[in-house]
Amino acid sequence: MATLVQAVRMALHYGETHLGVTDVFGEDVGPPLGGIFTATQGLKTAWNSPLDERGIVGTAMGIAYAGGRPVCEIQFCDYGFNTIDLLKIAGNQRWAGAGNYDLPMVLMMPSGSGIRGSLYHSHSFESWATRLPGWKIVMPSNPFDGYGMMLSAIADPNPVMVLLPKALLRMRGAKLIPGEPADQDQLRKMIDAPLGDRSKWQPRWPDLKECFIPFGEAELRREGTSATIVSYGRTLPLCVEAADQLGSEHGLKFDVLDLRSIFPYDWKAISASVMKTGRVLFVNEDTEVTNFGEHLLRRVIDEHFYDLLVRPRVLMGKHVPGIGLNQVYEQNTVPQLPQIKQAMHAVATEDA
Amino acid sequence: MRGKPPAPADNGKARVFQPAKANGERSLSVGSLARERCLEIHRIMVRARLMEERMIGMSKSGEGYFWIGGPGEEAFNAALGLQVKKGCGPGYDYLHLHYRNSATMVALGMPLVDGIRQMNMKFTDPHSAGRNFPGHYADKAWNVIPVSSVIEVQFAMAAGTAHVQKRHGGDGLTIVVGGEAGAAEGDFASCMIWSTRPGKELPVLIIVMNNGWGISTTHCSQHAVKHVIERGKPFGIPGEVVDGNDPVASWFAIEKAMKYCRKERKPYMLEAMVSRLYGHSSSSGAPRADEPDCIGQFEEKLLANGWIDQETIDKIHAEAEAEVEAGVAESGAEPAPKPEDIERYTYADSRVDKIYPGDYTGLPE
Repeated sequence: MATLVQAVRMALHYGETHLGVTDVFGEDVGPPLGGIFTATQGLKTAWNSPLDERGIVGTAMGIAYAGGRPVCEIQFCDYGFNTIDLLKIAGNQRWAGAGNYDLPMVLMMPSGSGIRGSLYHSHSFESWATRLPGWKIVMPSNPFDGYGMMLSAIADPNPVMVLLPKALLRMRGAKLIPGEPADQDQLRKMIDAPLGDRSKWQPRWPDLKECFIPFGEAELRREGTSATIVSYGRTLPLCVEAADQLGSEHGLKFDVLDLRSIFPYDWKAISASVMKTGRVLFVNEDTEVTNFGEHLLRRVIDEHFYDLLVRPRVLMGKHVPGIGLNQVYEQNTVPQLPQIKQAMHAVATEDA
Repeated sequence: MRGKPPAPADNGKARVFQPAKANGERSLSVGSLARERCLEIHRIMVRARLMEERMIGMSKSGEGYFWIGGPGEEAFNAALGLQVKKGCGPGYDYLHLHYRNSATMVALGMPLVDGIRQMNMKFTDPHSAGRNFPGHYADKAWNVIPVSSVIEVQFAMAAGTAHVQKRHGGDGLTIVVGGEAGAAEGDFASCMIWSTRPGKELPVLIIVMNNGWGISTTHCSQHAVKHVIERGKPFGIPGEVVDGNDPVASWFAIEKAMKYCRKERKPYMLEAMVSRLYGHSSSSGAPRADEPDCIGQFEEKLLANGWIDQETIDKIHAEAEAEVEAGVAESGAEPAPKPEDIERYTYADSRVDKIYPGDYTGLPE
């Protein structure tokens, strides 16, 4: 079973051999390193850029304008804030330009907490990203989705942001990627660059197959009637784990929706589940003022107020300037398993 | 005021049509520009100017709102547009323009009515469907990248188009244009860095239009360098300063710069010293400034050289005015955007999007 970062790498390989990817680039993306998380090792179109995030985004736009199909990376989303106006233009240029140009570019950014990353390796970005109309934004929570969503990101002719939950990059999934060898050691030997001198190393890519996970399609990870839980990225597996524990401890059964695609989001799936349970909790780790979960909460209130049994709620990161290095800070700033479990229990058991 | 137009010389032909020196700082290659070409440039300058002046009027009459544009930059911009390798795709030149490039677009062949449609905010505006300010052009057929009001961002994108062009082969180049005030933005430095990576140099023609102003802020109060192109020297980017009010000097400077970029596949800088004839925009009232007028200067030279007479000049102005008025009338009768158009052109068709296989249609349902 591949890890999430191996899945992304295989998707990029499939992209450059089957979907027309012309450039995979960013800081330390090319050889010898192949990305600080190894996401771009062994790719034939990968190259290193100057340490200039605005240059990275702008160059990707230029490549896309000129008919290329770039995948660029900002090493951590924490360093993407100085590109906001370029991201805004990438999202609005087609609209502002009367449809003259498509802009098929992918921006890949590791995002979120969970690696003891302190202030500038722990930011979330999805709430900022959803304020950039014209973009599509995805955040996979497992390797299979990482593969399928990266392929969709590449195939889509619009700007697509792939936010990779960095805490999950080494996580393995339960579902084989089409063409992936089942033996993880075999896969590692085939596509992971060796330590030390890599100058003569060449990857041996598995015979990968096409597998698109469409934008706007959530996946139901657990099914039940006690309450609806909507999450994505790092907090999604924690919601699943909490659901399993609450099931065995209290007999509660949850609908746990992995949103996967943040924009466009699968409103039909959210709406249907809320209609079924009358109870809903949105979970993410972005900061709590103008959080993306608040938008979903607003739609629930607008469209399902009279279907609700208890107040709808959002569990999210604290509105503080950053995530501190000492784990007391991190554990108490962004949702962890105990808080998620407690919030899920509360929404499912509050008297109607 | 930078200086008065030069007085006609006795041997006007030689003096006027030899490429001029730019502020005495450089000497352009010798040679002269053919009469037909000069007259072609002149007509473009006049047409672009009258379109802009009419649009200023529209901004004051209520026919339009905000105006921004390029009166004062016509000489250089017309000479630029006529030398562009015009077409679609990496085999042709890419244009990352700023919002004062109307004369370049007119030189490329844009009908004046298209510029007026944008000022008129009509849905028929081919550059922005009535969404953007005037002078914010976008034209895929001519490789004109959408112009943004955000200063200097085009310099961050230029390396991308040039990167594809270098890989594609041929002699297509990337032209990026901005003002000298905007060169203070980091994207200007990004363009120099990305286009001079050792062994990976890019065919980017960097053009700085120096009108001496950033709205109300003077160049000399903000920049230690006299000329912006001096910043290219540490990067090994050759460049020169040209009198952008002189279309002939501009023609030869652009020709030389383009030859270098097309052949060497490396960046080159041009800094054109130009006038800003109606201030920054309508926000400052767009009053006529007491600065040299490239059209008046050129007409004096053409007259002195005997290549045109006053009657013909008057006729060209009258024809341009009629073209502009016809454009105002034509676009005025065209449909405005409808409320249901607000989402149109957001997304291209996608085979992997369950919610928006076509264009954006509002929040997911």
